[in-house]
Amino acid sequence: MSVQTTDYTVSEIRSPAAFIANRVLIYGALVFWAFVCLFPIYWTITTSFKSAVDVTQGHLIPFVDFTPDWKGWRSLGLSPDSIFQTSTVRDEFLKRFMNSVITSVGASALAIVIGSLAAYGLVRYRYKFAWFRNEDISFFFLSQLILPPVVLALPFLVLYREVALLDTRIGLVLLYTLMVLPIVIWIMRDQFNSIPVELEEAALVDGLSIWGAFFRIVMPIALPGMVAAFILAMVLCWNEYFFAALLTSTDAKTIPVMVASQTGSQGINWWSMAALATAAIAPLAIIGIALERYLIMGMTAGSVK
Amino acid sequence: MAEQTSTANAWPANPADLIPAGRKRLGWGLLAAATLGLLAIIVVQILYKTEMSTVGFDTWRPMVYAYILWGAALGAWQVLTRGEDGQRALFLLPALLFTIAMVIFPTLFGFYIALTDWNLSSFTGRRFNGLDNFWQMLADPYYRNALLNMVLYVLAVLVEYVVAFGLALLLNAQIRARKFFRVVFLLPLMLSPVAVSWMVGKSLMEYRFGPAATLARHLGWDNPAFFSDPITARISIMMLDAWTFIPFMMIMLLAGLQAMSREVLEAARVDGATAWQTFWQVTFPLMLPVSVTAVILRIIFKLKLADIIITLTSGGPGGATDSVSSFIYREYRDRSNVGYGTMLAMAYLIIIVVFVTWLLKVASRFVRNVN
Repeated sequence: MSVQTTDYTVSEIRSPAAFIANRVLIYGALVFWAFVCLFPIYWTITTSFKSAVDVTQGHLIPFVDFTPDWKGWRSLGLSPDSIFQTSTVRDEFLKRFMNSVITSVGASALAIVIGSLAAYGLVRYRYKFAWFRNEDISFFFLSQLILPPVVLALPFLVLYREVALLDTRIGLVLLYTLMVLPIVIWIMRDQFNSIPVELEEAALVDGLSIWGAFFRIVMPIALPGMVAAFILAMVLCWNEYFFAALLTSTDAKTIPVMVASQTGSQGINWWSMAALATAAIAPLAIIGIALERYLIMGMTAGSVK
Repeated sequence: MAEQTSTANAWPANPADLIPAGRKRLGWGLLAAATLGLLAIIVVQILYKTEMSTVGFDTWRPMVYAYILWGAALGAWQVLTRGEDGQRALFLLPALLFTIAMVIFPTLFGFYIALTDWNLSSFTGRRFNGLDNFWQMLADPYYRNALLNMVLYVLAVLVEYVVAFGLALLLNAQIRARKFFRVVFLLPLMLSPVAVSWMVGKSLMEYRFGPAATLARHLGWDNPAFFSDPITARISIMMLDAWTFIPFMMIMLLAGLQAMSREVLEAARVDGATAWQTFWQVTFPLMLPVSVTAVILRIIFKLKLADIIITLTSGGPGGATDSVSSFIYREYRDRSNVGYGTMLAMAYLIIIVVFVTWLLKVASRFVRNVN
């Protein structure tokens, strides 16, 4: 998506005073909303450096009204002084973290592979399975989007127990793939539609098979779209809580489940909770900032024609 | 939501007679063998599980492998017997087989579970009880309450839409540091709702020390308890959910604004329209299709709302904030009531399908009438 400036708001304004008022209003609103977006993140990160007193007295600014301390990170075994010591909490955390990485990357990758293939087929060829044509098949895939997780959760609980997939990462990967597949197909269909069909025709004339043309000509062009779909799928899988909470118990627990189960007998240890929450949101926040362009591309696919 | 795919079949199919008969036979043989193998495993397992035979596997896991192999054989059969047409079908088959296995079968199974009395913590096991769950559901005030809450939560989407539209207009105005603001505004969408509901809902909005509560006291609210009375609790949940999902609508609307042709806006300006008139008579009507897409997608996501409620209020106070998903979650987690929970879920599915179909129909008519 290109960044254009549409300056009609400015050109409306005639007098200098009105211009300044207009600017103040716009930047005021922007700064206000930026504060709304950033303050919770700031609060989470600073709380992981607070001790109990600082939390309960609502201290806000480090070095001014409280002295930062590695307390939260020490309880996770991730502070500078504890990182080289053995820590069961850290092992636990790393295990959950790896579970999250494996399930979200695995599910996104699987969804990209089968979703791209299906989207390509639906865009380029005419199918007829019994009385289902392309439009019906597309609708079948996209309609999965409205299926709420709660409908599948209990049947899957029972079925997974029968096929011994309960509390396994593979089980979660399969479910997450199902969850993001409609979105991937939606994005990739839009992508393939924008590639001129002449490119593949030329490749076929040059003697490539249709699969050869797909892998050597189409895929490199559609790569940005795939990255966009992959990142959007990653975000959804990484943050997923409902299935993970129901279908995992000891082995395959993911980070959100670990975050949600942090209540101790003496209430909540806010500093360790905050450290954990920071660790849970950091990977995606970094990806989001670095690859924002792709995220936006994924979200706007097909919405603007 | 299905749109027409525009590209027609670009290449004529290969003549089928180019495929040698031996290859065709091989394809059919493969498919027959795979189908027989799959059926054999099913029969063996059923016999074993019903204790009519002693040969079999402990779990149904081999079924999964057999299904995958059968899918592979189906693909090979397509290629071997239909040549290039088969290769084309191969693009679609993996996703189709995957979705059918993961959706159709569990949903059908779900409808069966919904008709049973099945409590995982009781010893009696599964027992078919017909429509008992259904009658129980009709009389359940908590379920009705959860459905009512869903209506309120969905209505809150309209407010989110207004805010998102405002933000999109702001980002589309001539401003400095546009990229910075866009990234910042997008951030909430990336964050785990569970982590957010802990750090924001339980800490930032904490009654005694949370900065939000302190701020509310300064603004003159004596008793800033965000989650203790039903209406405030609902509003708090809505606000938290809005915070995470407003960026989603904002980005779609922003893309719509940027795709708008500048000539129309220029023309409006030349005609002497004020900014207010330009917005209502040019921008807003032109943005209607994008707006409708954004709102409908957002509603679909809203209908799945669960994790914030589960972690933050567990439906409290007194079920006031329950969404259908969180209510069913607790029905299972606290009471192990699989049969009844599934009945609730299936009823919800039917309501959603009807509602979304109606919504799509109304929306498409609405967009057509206005333009």
